[in-house]
Amino acid sequence: MGFERQKDFGTPEVQSDSQVSLTIDGRDVTVPAGTSVMRAAREAGGDIPSLCATDSLTGFGSCRMCLVEIENMRGTPASCTTPVSPGMVVKTQTPRLEKLRKGVMELYISDHPLDCLTCSANGDCELQDRAADVGLRDVRYGYEGANHLASPTDVSNPYFQFDPSKCIVCSRCVRACADVQGTFALTVDGRGFASMISASQAEDNFLSSECVSCGACVQACPTATLQEKSVKAIGRPERAVVTTCAYCGVGCTFRAEMRGEQLVRMIPYKDGKANRGHSCVKGRFAYGYANHQDRITSPMIRDSIDQPWREVTWEEALGFAAGKIQAIKAEHGAMALGGITSSRCTNEETFLVQKLIRSVFGANNVDTCARVCHSPTGYGLKTTFGTSAGTQDFDSVMDTDVVLLIGANPTDGHPVFASRMKRRLRQGAKLIVIDPRRIDLVRTPHIKAAHHLPLQPGTNVAVMTAMAHVIVTEGLANMSFINERCDTEAYADWAAFVSDERHSPETLEAVTRVPAAELRAAARLYATGGNAAIYYGLGVTEHSQGSSTVMAIANLAMVTGNIGRPGVGVNPLRGQNNVQGACDMGSFPHELPGYRHLSDGDTRALFEKDWGVSLDPNPGLRIPNMLDAAVDGTFKAIYIQGEDILQSDPNTQHVSAGLAAMECVIVHDLFLNETANYAHVFLPGSTFLEKNGTFTNAERRIQPVRKVMEPANGYEDWEVTQLLANALGAEWNYTHPREIMAEIARLTPSFSGLSWELLEERGSIQWPVNEKNPEGSPVMHVDAFVRGKGMFVVTDYVPTDEKTGPRYPLLLTTGRTLSQYNVGAQTRRTDNVVWHQEDLLEMHPMDAENRGLKEGDWAKLASRTGETTLRVRVTDRVAPGVVYTTFHHPATQANVVTTDFSDWATNCPEYKVTAVQVMASNGPTDWQEDYQELSERSRRIAGDAAMEPAE
Amino acid sequence: MSSAFENGALADEVGHGTGTGSLARLRYMADQIARNFAAYGDEKAVLATADHIDMYWDPRMKAMIFADIAADGPGQGRGALSPIAGAAIDYLAKGNHPEHQTRATEFNASDEGGHSDAG
Repeated sequence: MGFERQKDFGTPEVQSDSQVSLTIDGRDVTVPAGTSVMRAAREAGGDIPSLCATDSLTGFGSCRMCLVEIENMRGTPASCTTPVSPGMVVKTQTPRLEKLRKGVMELYISDHPLDCLTCSANGDCELQDRAADVGLRDVRYGYEGANHLASPTDVSNPYFQFDPSKCIVCSRCVRACADVQGTFALTVDGRGFASMISASQAEDNFLSSECVSCGACVQACPTATLQEKSVKAIGRPERAVVTTCAYCGVGCTFRAEMRGEQLVRMIPYKDGKANRGHSCVKGRFAYGYANHQDRITSPMIRDSIDQPWREVTWEEALGFAAGKIQAIKAEHGAMALGGITSSRCTNEETFLVQKLIRSVFGANNVDTCARVCHSPTGYGLKTTFGTSAGTQDFDSVMDTDVVLLIGANPTDGHPVFASRMKRRLRQGAKLIVIDPRRIDLVRTPHIKAAHHLPLQPGTNVAVMTAMAHVIVTEGLANMSFINERCDTEAYADWAAFVSDERHSPETLEAVTRVPAAELRAAARLYATGGNAAIYYGLGVTEHSQGSSTVMAIANLAMVTGNIGRPGVGVNPLRGQNNVQGACDMGSFPHELPGYRHLSDGDTRALFEKDWGVSLDPNPGLRIPNMLDAAVDGTFKAIYIQGEDILQSDPNTQHVSAGLAAMECVIVHDLFLNETANYAHVFLPGSTFLEKNGTFTNAERRIQPVRKVMEPANGYEDWEVTQLLANALGAEWNYTHPREIMAEIARLTPSFSGLSWELLEERGSIQWPVNEKNPEGSPVMHVDAFVRGKGMFVVTDYVPTDEKTGPRYPLLLTTGRTLSQYNVGAQTRRTDNVVWHQEDLLEMHPMDAENRGLKEGDWAKLASRTGETTLRVRVTDRVAPGVVYTTFHHPATQANVVTTDFSDWATNCPEYKVTAVQVMASNGPTDWQEDYQELSERSRRIAGDAAMEPAE
Repeated sequence: MSSAFENGALADEVGHGTGTGSLARLRYMADQIARNFAAYGDEKAVLATADHIDMYWDPRMKAMIFADIAADGPGQGRGALSPIAGAAIDYLAKGNHPEHQTRATEFNASDEGGHSDAG
């Protein structure tokens, strides 16, 4: 058995209530109505040769290989475009078909290079296989005629190449780019013999076109025309292991195709429930950071942060760290210790880190990056629905009629999900976008938003309240839903509140800057357009009223009855691959795993018994409060796994002051990140390819992560945490993550039915998974809210304290781009830098002109908190008065300007509203230069060649 | 409710930020919580603010602000907080623990599953 691709059924699966029975080659087959003859044949174990068909795309009928003979039908129909009908009798191999297929193949091969033995697709080429299948022996036309063999190869894209000489113009790539990805970057240029695949215009290549490098075309290509450069360099893979991507909250499933321990390529897994065979540039291609020269593989320590690092053994590093922690604990008490769990590490690893902090350090000062992204989601949905976390799965979007997208940019942040959403929008669903910026989705090939409400940053609650006003006062509320499932008293209070004239779109227009007529139309569409679903992101949560906005969103869903079935719901687009998991595993300072408050004696007793220690019953510190306490001198030591708070958290000067004040900072990561500039102990980490465990994505779906190579640093991350715990006397003895999962299942009711074996059997499972829900739970609140009645909550608009004024007249908001991920720690160390080498400041032409700035100029961006310098991009995507940037590069120091303001309920930082001024500049600010110097100094490693004096 | 962005020259002179020093920051946080519960009506807002702080603040934070509430000088004690926040802190400092005012502070029982995070 050599390497095998996943089975390709030729055309997509069809869902239908009725079944059809037919006969293929004498065998009886029964399939859902609407299935193609080709798929029916392949599902029954037979095969029909094809070239232009693949099961991610609908049948096209161009290659004429898949011809069959059907009784009582004239000619030889193509099986990919012929649906089954009852009683059909099909023959897939007859002398006539044999001749036809050989003839077709002969034509293809007459204009194709004959270098199979040295071709990168050797052994993995459908053309090669079909030529073998049909028994082609010679090409009677000869090879002297006109051909395309001299066409040059396009190597512009860093990850794959396009060799037109091998192209058979099956157009699978064009259809993949259109139907699966939705970017429409490819087309067939010319006709007849002159047909060729073209990326964008004739003078473009892949890199300069609209191509987003998702790899769908490469995956769809049956020949070596579109091929991964890694396969060209290494060779054909020998085996494949299914694992989960470690980038965003979509959680795509991939086959890691290997040769030995070398990763050849990542191919999306067709049975992945979150991605269904699609991927984006990051998960598909950007895994090179695992082998980047910046990767650190030995532990390092130093006594103070102005010294260079010293590489040491694991024993010495752990002993050093343990010694410091114990000394601090003895002098200042357990409350001076704490840690931060990673939203990128596995559930098992996160569970161990919070266990370490609570049971070994002895304090509850543990927090996670959900603090800075979706903590308001937790608070807001829990208050209104009684339970929080997305109510649907990603497939639900295919049943939606109206998509209301608020504060999210899925084509950049959740690209694979965005492609599904775009597919549904192209089928006719309507789109409402609420965002200060004209995101791509507003106007993209074959999609135009019905309404774009470009509100002022910071006025989310006002817009939501105005929409509620329209729905209630125009009689669009779904009273039967409300009376049946919601608290009617709370509804009455809330309805009276929103109906007040001061909450009308006309009155609030002055604040939101959204034209009242547009807002009314959008509200009516949401309420009456059919199944309406809300999708939102950090543009909702990262505000001083983030929790209130989430509650306002929940109110809208409840008042229109858009809860509890596929196609509706409230869907937070969670950012990190395992941020949902990190929250489930008890990373918050006030609760134990399973969302049980520390003050609950029964829960504490349960854990105390299992762990053999007594636990502090008081809530611990959140990250911003840890930094405050550090500056105050009462918080001294921190263990940070897989997080870079110096780059990602707001008000950089506050973060560095806090870190500098601590005596023992332990950073456990792949690279010397920005936070490590202030660290005393560095423990090297492992990548997702080097460990076993599970991630939980935005759909609450728990998916396995499988080890495909030994960790370059010597240990999986959970092993490192265990070593540290044991150096402090814990005596843990886990040998495999399945044991950690068993402990989680033992102690947490939501996961009581979960086990490694169940996951292996099912592939993935959405929590809760317990006695009541043995198969997991795709859609929540189906007949009633899971806990009590839906609660309407009055959310009064409280303007943020971050005000513009004459010195700071513009508003800055932030976001992400497709090719870089979060702080860029991983993606900056891959070839993705070709798309986004630096963060740019997007500015409206009017504002730019007023300041004498043009495209590409250096500009100083200043707020009351700090200032930094970056280059300008002039665009009308942002309204006058609003500027926008990304935060992927540490050199930009975008967080030097963000403020201390945060959400009232969860302290989620208000990244999205900063009053700024922009002016021309001629170079980096003093802070940037000082920081650059500090960075370089802190990254010195003793013994490096650069440090030795010249002889 | 005034427009957030209609301030003139005064906006820049008014104190910006959450205040330096931890106590100032804690007061700011308490005031902010109180402001967001204000729509419930004074009495309910006091209890809701107290409930939130009781369930989510770490002991050091509580100790710091409770110690200050009894003081009586200018810029100290209840005078330094908004009326609702001041009443809430006072209530907690006297050792009271309010009932749960919203579902945000209701957590799972030890054997309860599902639900999710708040905070």
